[in-house]
Amino acid sequence: MTITAADVRHLARLASLDPDPAELERIAAKLDTIVDYVRQLQAVDTTGVEPAVDMSGMVGVTRPDVPGPLLDRATLLANAPAHSDAAFLVPKVVER
Amino acid sequence: MTAFPATASAIAATVNAGGSALPLVEESLRRCAADTTNALVRHHPQRARERAAVVDARIRAGERLPLAGVPLVVKDNLLVEGCGAEACSRILEGFVAPYTASAVARLEAAGAIVVAHANMDEFAMGSSNESSCRGPVRHPLDPTRIPGGSSGGSAVAVAAGLAPLALGSDTGGSIRQPAGLCGVVGFKPTYGRISRYGLIAYGSSLDQIGPLATTVVDADLALRVMAGRDPADSTSAERPLPAPLPADPRAALRGLRVGYVAAHEAGLAADVRARLIAAKAALASAGATLVPVELPNERHAIAVYYILATGEAASNLSRFDGIRYGRRAEGAKDLGQVYARSRAEGFGSEVQRRIMLGTYVLSTGFYDAYYRKAQQVRTLIIRDFAAVFAACDVLLGPISPTTAFRAGEKTSDPLQMYLADIFTISANLAGIPAVAVPAGSGDHGLPVGLQFHGPAWSDDRVLAAGAGLAAVLGG
Repeated sequence: MTITAADVRHLARLASLDPDPAELERIAAKLDTIVDYVRQLQAVDTTGVEPAVDMSGMVGVTRPDVPGPLLDRATLLANAPAHSDAAFLVPKVVER
Repeated sequence: MTAFPATASAIAATVNAGGSALPLVEESLRRCAADTTNALVRHHPQRARERAAVVDARIRAGERLPLAGVPLVVKDNLLVEGCGAEACSRILEGFVAPYTASAVARLEAAGAIVVAHANMDEFAMGSSNESSCRGPVRHPLDPTRIPGGSSGGSAVAVAAGLAPLALGSDTGGSIRQPAGLCGVVGFKPTYGRISRYGLIAYGSSLDQIGPLATTVVDADLALRVMAGRDPADSTSAERPLPAPLPADPRAALRGLRVGYVAAHEAGLAADVRARLIAAKAALASAGATLVPVELPNERHAIAVYYILATGEAASNLSRFDGIRYGRRAEGAKDLGQVYARSRAEGFGSEVQRRIMLGTYVLSTGFYDAYYRKAQQVRTLIIRDFAAVFAACDVLLGPISPTTAFRAGEKTSDPLQMYLADIFTISANLAGIPAVAVPAGSGDHGLPVGLQFHGPAWSDDRVLAAGAGLAAVLGG
């Protein structure tokens, strides 16, 4: 068993998830099966093999530095669960 | 299963000759409304009728459009301005797209008409269309079976004749596998061939948009409209358009060197194996040369994929935080709780599993052992294909080990679901094109599909081989 309920709690915190405490063992068991499977790669000899990090073959792609139209602010704000005329609204972040 | 009464090419020819786009759009809307497979999640009748009138006006004004009046179904992870797009996830409930995906915009500019959004596995994470928050899609031939996934709704839309053309996305086989299981054509282009702007991202080094249709000719038609550089997607490439399909599809097979991996046969159900053997025989009698090749690292493809795709997904899906769009949990006391509870309520269990797996393989202490290692094995897989395509022009192979399986059969064991993707994942890891074509029926009359792979940017060669196989199999 590589992944424990405590690991799931830690991963959930890193990933901003909030699993039901009663489910932690079950989630851990399923993740463990998958991690156990993917661990087969440890046995592959990759000495001196470069990692494939970019599939497009294009690096440092930039667009011309020319102002252009952006998406409409009101349209974008309309998708937010809470917003004012100019901003996304969130709960208070700092307690006084 | 009956296809739409006309192919995309035939509809475009009729409309370009002065026939109105409206009757076939109405026919498609009628069929969509009467669908019993749960293939569609959102219908756009009013918008479709307005667009049909626009297409008619453009034709009257003298324009000729390659997809004039063609009804189109798009996967629920593709944005169409003013329409909902939720990637079949509760976390995007109520989201309205503020712009249109480039691939869809190009099809619409060429005369296609979006009639509906298709059901899919949540965030394209699944192989059976059972992880959708809108409920599973049923196979059009047998409602107790799955249609494949994640573009299950798109494949069924074409197979059941709701529309002649659909768009899907393919991250590890999500166009080709449902196309194969439903008996339609599905094409995953070379990585970079089609802009991904406006596609809700899953695994950004793997995702490609592609067409599903009843014929290779229609898939090719849609590809050539969508292909090309888009300033809004820096991974889209400036490449010449693929060459047109040969007029005689059989001509492409004469002298074509078709590779195959002999070991694939052992991993197939008997009915799927029989169709693969029959296809090889048909290709040989049509003048193709069959070349045995090896993909020694293919056995690692699933492990590589579930490390890289989940790592990329964990990163891509961090944008769903309950702040800017989609669902926000009620009653959270601080910002951290808004994030965690909105995500816990909004994401389904498979999506949460992949986010946690991706977070694990990217986390401190594990990155080199998992993520970097997987990137290195990805290089080995890319090299395998380079060696294969030094010996042959295209590679013929299976898509799925079995025909469409029963609903619920693999949902309790995610690893079993993942393992069924063994034949489709490598194309995404290598960034190469692959086309799924119908190759007859297996047991219970269920469709069997086969696929051709080709080197990067050989999309035209791969499609020509697919058209050739369809022709010699009588498709």
